[in-house]
Parts: sequence; structure tokens; C-alpha cells
Amino acid sequence: MAGLAAAFGSGAMTNTIADIGEADVILITGSNTTENHPVLSTVVKRAVKNKGAKLIVVDPRKIKIAGFAHQYLRPNLGSDVAWINGLMHVIIKEDLYDKAFVEERTVDFSSMKEILEKYTPKYTEEVTGIPAQQIIDAARMYAGAERGSILYCMGITQHTTGTDNVKSLANLAMLCGNLGIRGGGVNPLRGQNNVQGACDMGGLPNVFTGYQPVNNEDAIKKMETAWGVTDLNKKVGLKVTEMLPKAHDGELKALYIIGENPMVSDPDLNHAEDCLSRLEFMVVQDIFLTETAKMADVVLPSRCFAEKEGTFSNTERRVQRVRKAVNPPGGAKDDWKITCEIGTRMGYAMAYTDSEAIFNELAKVTPSYGGITYDRIEEEGLHWPCPTTDHPGTPVLHIGKFPIGRGNFHSIDYIPPAEQVDDEYPLYLTTGRVIYHYHTGTMTMKTDGLNEQAPGCFVEISAGDVAKYNLYDGEAVIVSSRRGLLKAEIKVSSKAVDGSIFIPFHFARAAANKLTNAALDPVSGIPEYKVCAVKIEKAA
Amino acid sequence: MDKQQLVVINGNEYPFSPGETILEVARRNSIEIPTLCHLKGTTPTGACRVCVVEVEGARTLLASCATPAANNMIVKTESPRVVTSRKLAIELLLSSGNHNCAARASEGKDWTEFQLNVGKDDDSEELCPVWGNCELQNLAYKYQVKGEKFPITETKYPMETVNPFIVRDFSRCILCGRCVQACNEVQVNNAISFGNRGAATKIVASGDRPLKDSDCVFCGECVQACPVGALVEKDTRYRVRHWETEKVRTTCSYCGVGCQLELHVQDDKIVKVTGVEDAKPNYGSLCVKGRFGFNFVSSPERLTKPLIRKNGELQESEWEEALDLVAKNLKDIKMEHGADSIGVLTSARITNEENYIANKFARAVIKTNNIDHCARL
Ligand code: SF4
Ligand code: SF4
Ligand code: SF4
Ligand code: FES
Repeated sequence: MAGLAAAFGSGAMTNTIADIGEADVILITGSNTTENHPVLSTVVKRAVKNKGAKLIVVDPRKIKIAGFAHQYLRPNLGSDVAWINGLMHVIIKEDLYDKAFVEERTVDFSSMKEILEKYTPKYTEEVTGIPAQQIIDAARMYAGAERGSILYCMGITQHTTGTDNVKSLANLAMLCGNLGIRGGGVNPLRGQNNVQGACDMGGLPNVFTGYQPVNNEDAIKKMETAWGVTDLNKKVGLKVTEMLPKAHDGELKALYIIGENPMVSDPDLNHAEDCLSRLEFMVVQDIFLTETAKMADVVLPSRCFAEKEGTFSNTERRVQRVRKAVNPPGGAKDDWKITCEIGTRMGYAMAYTDSEAIFNELAKVTPSYGGITYDRIEEEGLHWPCPTTDHPGTPVLHIGKFPIGRGNFHSIDYIPPAEQVDDEYPLYLTTGRVIYHYHTGTMTMKTDGLNEQAPGCFVEISAGDVAKYNLYDGEAVIVSSRRGLLKAEIKVSSKAVDGSIFIPFHFARAAANKLTNAALDPVSGIPEYKVCAVKIEKAA
Repeated sequence: MDKQQLVVINGNEYPFSPGETILEVARRNSIEIPTLCHLKGTTPTGACRVCVVEVEGARTLLASCATPAANNMIVKTESPRVVTSRKLAIELLLSSGNHNCAARASEGKDWTEFQLNVGKDDDSEELCPVWGNCELQNLAYKYQVKGEKFPITETKYPMETVNPFIVRDFSRCILCGRCVQACNEVQVNNAISFGNRGAATKIVASGDRPLKDSDCVFCGECVQACPVGALVEKDTRYRVRHWETEKVRTTCSYCGVGCQLELHVQDDKIVKVTGVEDAKPNYGSLCVKGRFGFNFVSSPERLTKPLIRKNGELQESEWEEALDLVAKNLKDIKMEHGADSIGVLTSARITNEENYIANKFARAVIKTNNIDHCARL
């Protein structure tokens, strides 16, 4: 998000899902696409199989989509900036870049070029572990594309260098002129269904809806008028990863948590529990009594997606309708109604007849949603920005121009991951998802079939490491880091590389996030879920 | 400029673009040609012969799903010759397995006796689970075909019920191959294919293993594609009657792809989910979570009443009390420690409208910008 916004002026997916099928080269990195975005992965697979598109997959694990790739590159964990720089080094040296695009649409090319100087294939191989020839081949393949699409996900952002990683991908795409065209782009795949919408709707500490800064006088004036209030707070607020430490220090006294379960999804869980327990007052609004709700002072029952009207914005910025199909259980209420009732009781009247009335209000104060109405998206959703009611929506961003004018090249050097392996903790741990579960599993684990297919936590490990540590497939082990430990079963897999293990984070009982590192990316505040050092021992 | 190319269907002229099949031109112009093995967007296999049409000058009837339209081609879609051939194709399919629906019932024989007879060959004594929702049955009805003409083929393979999601009933498989196309060409999961030969032909997962031990990821694309009762969602078999369900279109609540889906509701309960065909972004495709992961909605563990912590325990309460308490405490904390001592975590799972309200609540009511969600996590 922050990385793309710095490069282009907008942090969203630049192109559409269907667009991926138009690309002639697709580069996927840090996205276990078949597991986390299954239907989107079918677009990729069809492009490769039926349309002859070339696929490059760069991932520390040999994930399923790698089986469709023409080139699979396996970098050391946390070495993303280095391989991307390595690719760009080759592309510039071999004169394969889009000079017209660089000249007309970007700034700061020359300083980036300087940094890239040292990323020769040989040096890149040393840092990333990817053979030099593979770097060269992949660079030629991506640069050879007429329409090259880059897809990435948490594997790129969940590092202390996550923002740098994203900027690097933006560099690569601009270098080859792959922006503002069909089938091109830099495309972050959103994990949860309405991440895009939560961001668009001001669910961020620094912006109102539509990314209007909270410290911008015009934006403040506009909101004050629309909301009929004065004295809006001009100070940028706390990110979730800052709230917890502040709770720990006693500066944050109360938390109102809507539909989130930080007790399983947070990095360094033991610490998170400690932080939350120090709050003076905690309200949780959810559909289940989650691990987090169990710690609350008040729990408010809400409706799930099938019990409410509204809209979600998907990863391609398409605003789509959500419709009520069944009645809620007992007294569960719409999330908006609950919040409105609390607001009203606190002295600020909030009342709406229905979700459409709210949508009409938010469209008025959010330029990118300004032209969207329930009527217009009855049959098919619209891509924002859609400023006026006669605007057809914007499937492809950045055609002809970036929102900030020219695109910024960033000169970025490789920084090793925050935590390194050592004698005591000799293995890298990386975390992620499996197809049968969703996030912290509060929803998927209620379907027996999904549990049957993926019943519990496991430790994915290479055949080499199993032999090295004298373990066997299916054996119960204890994995520990400097922060905590968990017990799970060994699963030998060809997806794993020697020296790194993988644990899915869905399972509360053996929460992988008890092990992970809460070191944060300084800009985005995203914790380093993807890399930390651990050791593995037989369970007694 | 070239003259517009035209194909003549049932006496009317229609323009077409190069490569378009007769079927595509016909459908585009609302001329109905029945199909069974055809699956939109995939390579035609020409397996079922139900879509045959008469083309002037052609010796045999042609499969419209696999024949490209040509200039001045003269096509008849419901000529007597076509209808006779189509009936025969349907008859053959009906007798290829356990199609014990009314359409399969034969004159002269008692319906119950007939049912019992087919029941013996099959694990299932019951009427076909998709009765009333079957493309073959529809065609048999439309063309008034009865299945008695050919002897019933014995069921060669037992039903597969060992996975949690899909029942494979080989006795009702007409080998149309739509599931194979769906799996290999649409989802590209490459889990199933035609196995064996001749009369022993069967749709198999690699090595003829059960789906759960194969590359299958239970996306259910094959179930949605199957025109008959050979592939059915396990949970719906004999529980859901499709004409008693109401379908509500909505957006999947799992990942950011935002697949368009239809929730099938019976007695105020979601009983089945299908992908919305012809709609972006998923064009009918779903994954295992979107298609089968809906049980949480009616889970008995859902919260139904507010809870308030009293003496260290969370206890059920009324809304009034809970809301008053929340409002009062937040107000007090704001008075005492300032607005920035309060934080709001909104959610990537709730709607835009609700996120907007959470944002308004934090900023206009509490007057803090301490609002975030866990997406960065
Ligand atoms: S469920 Fe999906 S993966 Fe499995 S056989 Fe059917 S189409 Fe293939
Ligand atoms: S299982 Fe269904 S879709 Fe597959 S070949 Fe048999 S009848 Fe056709
Ligand atoms: S059906 Fe699967 S791929 Fe589609 S939105 Fe839902 S979770 Fe994502
Ligand atoms: S639909 Fe054309 S042959 Fe089956």
C-alpha cells in the first residue's frame, strides 16, 4: 500500500483480474495464489495453458503455481529487494527497458541506476541464492513482455522491508513501461474480502475515506461540514501495531474492536495478550466468541455477510453488492446499527434508514466513489475511481498519467531480515495460509468438511532437514523462537527448502504467531510474519 | 470492404464473426439449440450429439457446438431429421445408467416396479437426487423421450462418498465430459480425466483414486458443470429440493477476489452455494471456501445476545444495558484521558458502509484518528 502510493500516488491494484489473462508475461511473487486467491489463480493458469502466456514465479517455497511456471526462482527468505534489483540490473545493462516510458512518465531514474550498478547477476546470486543465469533469463523474459503483469501478496509485504519490496516491484514495472496498459500493472492481491473497502472507507489512522489525509485543511473542512462537527483531530492516529504497545504502556485505555481477532492474527501473540489485558475497557463486536472476544468487557453480537445489505470492494477495486439471504440468529444486529447506537448514546445522533442511505452519504464525501449508486451496481460492480454518475469506472489505473504526475523511481538497497538464524535458532520460519481455511479460522472451522481436509497445524519441512534433525514424517515436534513455542506435527514436503520451515497461522491452538517477530516495517507498520529464526526439537 | 458474412438459420440470416460456431450464433440470437456436453469457454468435444443440426449439403447431421458457421450456410435446428436423431441420442443416454426419474419410466411397466429394478443395481434405492433439476430429464421431457427402448446398462462402479463435499454417483454419469473440461480447462486443476476404454469408460482422478487422495482441491466446478445427478454436493443430497430454495445473489465473504455467488436458501438456512455464471469477476467459478464454507452462518456457536463481564465472567445481557454501558465507559474514558486514549479496530470483513460508520464514529464522535484494521496483518 504505502509502497505503491509512494511510487504512483495510489496503493491499489492497478489492473483488473480479467486483465491478468491479457498479459503475455506474468510474474508472481510472495503470493501462494492457488491457495489464497484460488479463482484468480485460474485466470493465471488459463492464460498460461490456453493463451501461451509466460509465467515467472519467485517464491521461497515451491508452491503449486510454480508447477505452471516457465521459470521458478527460489530466493532466500527476505532477499526480495536484491533479486528485483538484480533483474533491473540485467534489463538496463542489456538495454531492454522502455526508454520512452522512463523518460516521459517517471523521475529519479538515474539515481536508481546508480544503486543498481552493484547488483550484477553474480552479486545477486550471492545474496539471494538464485543462480546468476536464472536472474538473467527471468530479466529477459519479463522485459520481453509487451504486457507484463506483476502479482504479489503478503509474501512481499510481511517483512520489515515490505514497503521497500513493493517499491522495488513498482520500479521494475515502470522500467519496462508496464503501467497504464491492459494486461500490465503491479497488482497487490488483497487477503481478506474487504481489505480494499476498509482502506477506502477510512479504516486507517492517517486518512479519511478515499485517502484524503486527516491533516489536510481542506479535507478536514469538508468532513466537518458533512458531519456537522467542529474540531476534528488533526493528529495522525495509531496503527494497530502501535495500539498494542500503547495499551501495554497504559496510554491507550480503551479499544472498540469490530470483527477482528488480533489474538490469533497478531504477531508475537504472547505479548498481544499481555497488552490487551492491560486495557481499562475493551469492547468486541463479532459473530463468534473469538479468542479476543473472550477477553472483552462487553461483547456485541453482529450479523454475518449473509444477513446484511451493503457493499464490498474487491481486490480489483470493484464495488459489489452484498445482499441479505437469511435472518440473523437471535438478537444479532448490523455492525453499522450497533456503532450508530453507541454514537447516538454518546451524544452524536447517527441514524440511517438502511445501508443504501449510508452509501449515498459516503459517496458524497468520497470522490472516487462519487458516481457509484446501488442502482448502478445492481447487476455488475464498478471499479473506482468513478467520480460521477455517468462515469464508467476505471478498470486500468494510470493510463497516460499517474495521480502524482510522474511515477517515482526509488533507489533501494538490500537490507537483511531483522532476525537472522544463529547456532541456537538455526532455521528460518515463514508463516502463511492453506486453501481450506481463512485467516484465523473463525468462519471456516465451522464447516466440518474444511476441517477434515485441513484438521490442524503442521510444520512443513524439507526432506533434507528432516534427515538432518533426525525426525520423521508425522512426528510431533516443538518449534520455538525467542518469543514462544508451539507443538505440531512434521509434514515433509517438496514445497520446503532446506533451512526453512513453514507453519500456517490459522490454528488458535498452536498459533504460529506465538513464534513470529513483531518487528515492523517502519512505513506500513506491517509485522515481519514471513521471517524469523526458530529451532525444532522432538516433543518429549 | 468485404461483404458481411451471413449464415442462414431456420430461414433467417445472421451475421457472425470468424470462428464462431453455429451454436454461438444461434444462442446470441435467442435460437434455442439443446446441448449437454458443451461447456461454455472450453474446447468442444462433440460427445453427446444432442446439439446436432441439419446443414444443407452436409451428408450427416453436424454438432452445432463444434461446427464453425460459414458464409451462406443453411442450417435447420429443429427439422424432423434433427428431432429424430436428437431423440435417439437422449434415449441412449437415458439407458446408459440409473436414470430412474419419471422421464425414464416406461410405458406398460409399473413405475414402482421400474424403480425397484434400477434400485437393485445401485447403492441408491431412491429417486435421483437431482430430480427436477437435471438437464437430461428436461430434454427427455421436452422431446417426450422414454427410456425403455434400450436395455438398462448395469452400474459398473460403486458410488464414491468418502470425501466431505462431493458425491460421485457413476451410475448416473452420462460421460458427457463437462466435469473434465471444468476441471482441466476452466479451473486448470487437472484432477480428473477420462479413464479406461469402451464400455468400461469412467471419469477418474489420477490413478483412479478417490478425489480426496487426488489433486482435487474441491472447488466444485465439476459439480456445477455436471448436467445430471452424477456429481452432487454431499450435504444437499436428498435434503434440498431446488424448487423449494430461494436464490440470493451476493459477494463471497472470504478472499479479495470477490466472487459473485448465489446463496440457495431453504427454510431460512443456506443449503448450497453456486457461482454466478456469466458475471465478472469469477464467471461461475468458486473455490472450496466460497462453495462449501457456509456452515458458520448457521452455527450454534453464533453469538445471539450481548455479553457483559460481571464478577469476572461474561454474562448474557440485554442490548439496552450493553449499549448504555459501552457509551458511558467510552465517554468517561474520553473525559478523563482524552480522545486519543481510545482506539477503534474496524474490519476487512464488514461492509463498506459499516467501515464508513466506524470511521465516522472514531473521528466525529470520539474525535480520534486511532482507527485501523488488521489487513496489514
Ligand atoms: S472439485 Fe474441482 S478440482 Fe476437484 S475434480 Fe472437481 S473441478 Fe476438479
Ligand atoms: S460426472 Fe457429470 S459432468 Fe462428468 S461426465 Fe459424468 S455426467 Fe458428465
Ligand atoms: S470463492 Fe474463493 S476465490 Fe472466490 S472470493 Fe470466495 S474465497 Fe475468494
Ligand atoms: S453439446 Fe454438442 S455434441 Fe454435446
